[in-house]
Amino acid sequence: MTRNMGALVDITKCIGCESCVVACRLYNGLEPGQDEEYGTARDGNAELAPNKWTVVQSCRTEKNGKQIRRFVKQQCFHCLEPACASACFAKALQKTPAGPVVYNEKLCVGCRYCMIACPFGILRFEWDKPFPRVLKCQMCLGRVTDGQMPACAAACPTGAITFGDRDKMVEEAKNRLAANPDLYTGQIYGLKDAGGTSWLYISDAPFEQLGFRTDVPQKPIPEYTWQVLRWTPFIFVGWGALLTGMYLYTKRRAGVHEEEEMYAAVDDDDGK
Amino acid sequence: MRKKKCTLPLMMMTGNKKTFKTGGEVFVQKKHWTFRITGFRLLLILFVLTAVVVSLYRFIFGLGSVTNLNDQWPWGLWIGFDLLCGIALAGGGFSTALIVHVLHKEKYLPIARAALLTSLIGYIIALVSLFLDIGRWYNFWRPFFFWGYHSVLFEVFWCISLYTIVQIMEFGDIFFERVRFPSLKRILHATIPFWLIIGIVLPTLHQSSLGSLYVIAVNRLDPLWWSMLIPFFFVWSAFFLGPAMVTIEGTLAARAYGRVPEMPVFSSLTKVTMWMMIVYLVVKVIDLNYRGVFTQAFNGSLESNMFLIEMIVFVLLPIVMYAVPSIRNKLWGVFTASVLVVAGVVFNRMNVVFTGMAKSAGGHYFPTEWEILITIGMWSALILIYCFVVENFPILPKEDLVSHESSMASGQTVNI
Repeated sequence: MTRNMGALVDITKCIGCESCVVACRLYNGLEPGQDEEYGTARDGNAELAPNKWTVVQSCRTEKNGKQIRRFVKQQCFHCLEPACASACFAKALQKTPAGPVVYNEKLCVGCRYCMIACPFGILRFEWDKPFPRVLKCQMCLGRVTDGQMPACAAACPTGAITFGDRDKMVEEAKNRLAANPDLYTGQIYGLKDAGGTSWLYISDAPFEQLGFRTDVPQKPIPEYTWQVLRWTPFIFVGWGALLTGMYLYTKRRAGVHEEEEMYAAVDDDDGK
Repeated sequence: MRKKKCTLPLMMMTGNKKTFKTGGEVFVQKKHWTFRITGFRLLLILFVLTAVVVSLYRFIFGLGSVTNLNDQWPWGLWIGFDLLCGIALAGGGFSTALIVHVLHKEKYLPIARAALLTSLIGYIIALVSLFLDIGRWYNFWRPFFFWGYHSVLFEVFWCISLYTIVQIMEFGDIFFERVRFPSLKRILHATIPFWLIIGIVLPTLHQSSLGSLYVIAVNRLDPLWWSMLIPFFFVWSAFFLGPAMVTIEGTLAARAYGRVPEMPVFSSLTKVTMWMMIVYLVVKVIDLNYRGVFTQAFNGSLESNMFLIEMIVFVLLPIVMYAVPSIRNKLWGVFTASVLVVAGVVFNRMNVVFTGMAKSAGGHYFPTEWEILITIGMWSALILIYCFVVENFPILPKEDLVSHESSMASGQTVNI
């Protein structure tokens, strides 16, 4: 029985050191671009990129009338029922039983429908390559299936990232919220968002102020598509039968036409 | 029908044609392939060549080198316009097939082949655009073997590929009238009902699926356009657009080749479009009300204004124009209304792809001149292929037959 793993990010514990960002790059062999430095969290505009699968975003907001600054680690949320994987018509994106949603470039067609589908806007495309890939956090699939933590979680010096069975992580989050109701907002981001995600967040500032998307549906997104798609075979057979019926019925009354005598190639000699 | 046999126009006796008599009937057959080169056509050829060069550049240096696409805007002009609109505009093929060949409304026969032709070329153009747009094009065949059936794109991909093949089969029936190959022609002709029916079922499925593509963007597409009914809206509009598209094509072809437009066919087709558009409008309003977003259409935002323009100028106005006999029975009237219908469907698709996604996508996208050049090249190719085919294959109705029928049916003169 494979364990369904997950991570819990406690925003109150993150100091924005970006050890996770460095660890991610080292483990996944992501080369930094030219003129690129670490420590972008200080600018507050770190963006995910094909060679940056996780970033730490710095957010300034207010709490109890006081200016506060929080750091938000961003990466793929690894939905329990990922929209991107359901959108992929070549099975290049798949949810693994251990939790990670992983990308297989061998199967990818490069249509980018996954990027339209992702409710969090996480996926990145190698626009400058002749044979571009869609890249995102793989939740260190190799490490996780070996029973290790993802590189970022292992590198975190403050304990802001906890890793384990997703059920345990949900429990842990609830315990922390209960133990410190004055500190936390009381919400667990990712518990139900997009039908639940493998990465969970708790925070002492409202999530919408920290750049989280709060408009994400609470039920699994592939369900919406499936509600429509499941009619396909019935439409195919039913509509086909109806058309055949109409065809045969109206044909009896139709006149016989010599189609070959009705049409001719246009003579362009007198044309424009 | 028999009595309306082709009479031999005098001019056909000259030039590179051969006439021969068989059993008292006169047939005219062109001997060579013809394609007249005019200044306009040279310009179109130039556009096509430019597009070929730009696409070669794109294949070597990647999408980023020629497009403004980015991670916020993964789909741009080629998907939004060439693919979504191209396929929708090709809707004339399946709606005409349904009306003419399944319901056997034979007064519309004169336009049937032209509709099929435009549809076929439209699909080929859309497939070429798609091929240009996908990043890892050498993998394009993967979905045939790795069945991601839970993806709408899977259905779209299968249906569009199969339908293109079906259309080639349907066209084969015409092709072998020109290129004599009796045995193949006989086989094709015998199986034509099968191709016709499958050729309506498949586009019904993928026209709606092109809308279903956006069902997954539930928190991203503006609620004025996002709906669980979006597949219905897409297939319905692609269907009612068909007659309008046929009207435009027919008028333009008539003008280009100095023929008489099939006016009675056009004005009678407006009934189909008008009633379907009324249903479309009613369902839209009910759907907006049901989802509780009706008032959003009037909140003055960019989205709401674009939506209102779409509904009033491109749906309500053509309905009114089609409803008034003095407008729909005039060529300018039916032509203008049809242009509005077609423009309206394009406007709707653009709103779904761009306007409706703008707020949630963030970032910025406007196509580069290269993207636009490729799009222009695609549509130029469409016109050139259309001209070549109608000039060399029996696509348009024989002229004397049309003018005879139209003068009988309406007794009016047409001025354009």
